[in-house]
Amino acid sequence: MIPDLGKYAGAVLSSYAISLALLAVLVVLSLWRAARVRRQLEEVESRRTSDG
Amino acid sequence: MSLWEYANPKKFMQTSQAVLPVIWGLTALSMVVGLVWGFFLTPEAENFGSTVKIIYLHVPAAMMAINAWVMMLVASLIWLIRRHHVSALAARAAAPVGLTMTVIALVTGAIWGQPMWGTYWAWDPRLTSFLILFLFYLGYIALWEAIENPDAAADLTSVLCIVGSVFALLSRYAVNFWNQGLHQGATLSLDKQENIANVFWFPLLVCMGAFILLFVALVLERTRTEIRARRIKALIARERMA
Repeated sequence: MIPDLGKYAGAVLSSYAISLALLAVLVVLSLWRAARVRRQLEEVESRRTSDG
Repeated sequence: MSLWEYANPKKFMQTSQAVLPVIWGLTALSMVVGLVWGFFLTPEAENFGSTVKIIYLHVPAAMMAINAWVMMLVASLIWLIRRHHVSALAARAAAPVGLTMTVIALVTGAIWGQPMWGTYWAWDPRLTSFLILFLFYLGYIALWEAIENPDAAADLTSVLCIVGSVFALLSRYAVNFWNQGLHQGATLSLDKQENIANVFWFPLLVCMGAFILLFVALVLERTRTEIRARRIKALIARERMA
């Protein structure tokens, strides 16, 4: 239940929405790139092992 | 055990892998507790009404925007002096996190400024130095991307980081240097008389802790990625030479 923010509701809610969205994008992109690079490294290392 | 052990990528990867789940867990817990406490359970402030709830995002983000640059400065100096690759990669990893914190501080400050000051923006010393810090973050990230040779990129970005530190410090102390502009003095002070009331202070402390933990978690995670990306480049280069 959202507290009564009075005439400043727009300012407070938009601050939270924008900030949390930015933080979420940062976390998701960081974890997504981490997973992608980890997979790539595994591929390169397995290719290297199989090539002897 | 020496701190320099963690300059070894293998040791860094092992240790960070062990601590990251704990740090992510503490980050999530403290972020939820701090923001729920600040948003739902604090009263309106006498002078600021409900806009006081914006400080739970604005103050921790501004604090981390400056401290991220300080961390990058320390890592850059370690790179320049001792040539440890992990430190250069950690500085690179921290930059997008610091940039995001700077954007959050600027945006929430502007949104708060409109009802309180009657304007989204003013060329006030602290706001202006923060905007310049934002531009330095962009320049730092662009420089890393623009230079092919990783060691040359680390050298040049380290120098840029040292230059930008002037503005990181100005962002923090501008209100003390110039007694003008709209931005009020530091929200937190060792002087009890200047401190905010406990009812706002305690949830703010939790939020600041949460942002510090988030920064640490993201920098560790992103540094691990940079180390892996560097290893991929090295292995591919070796394949081509073979």
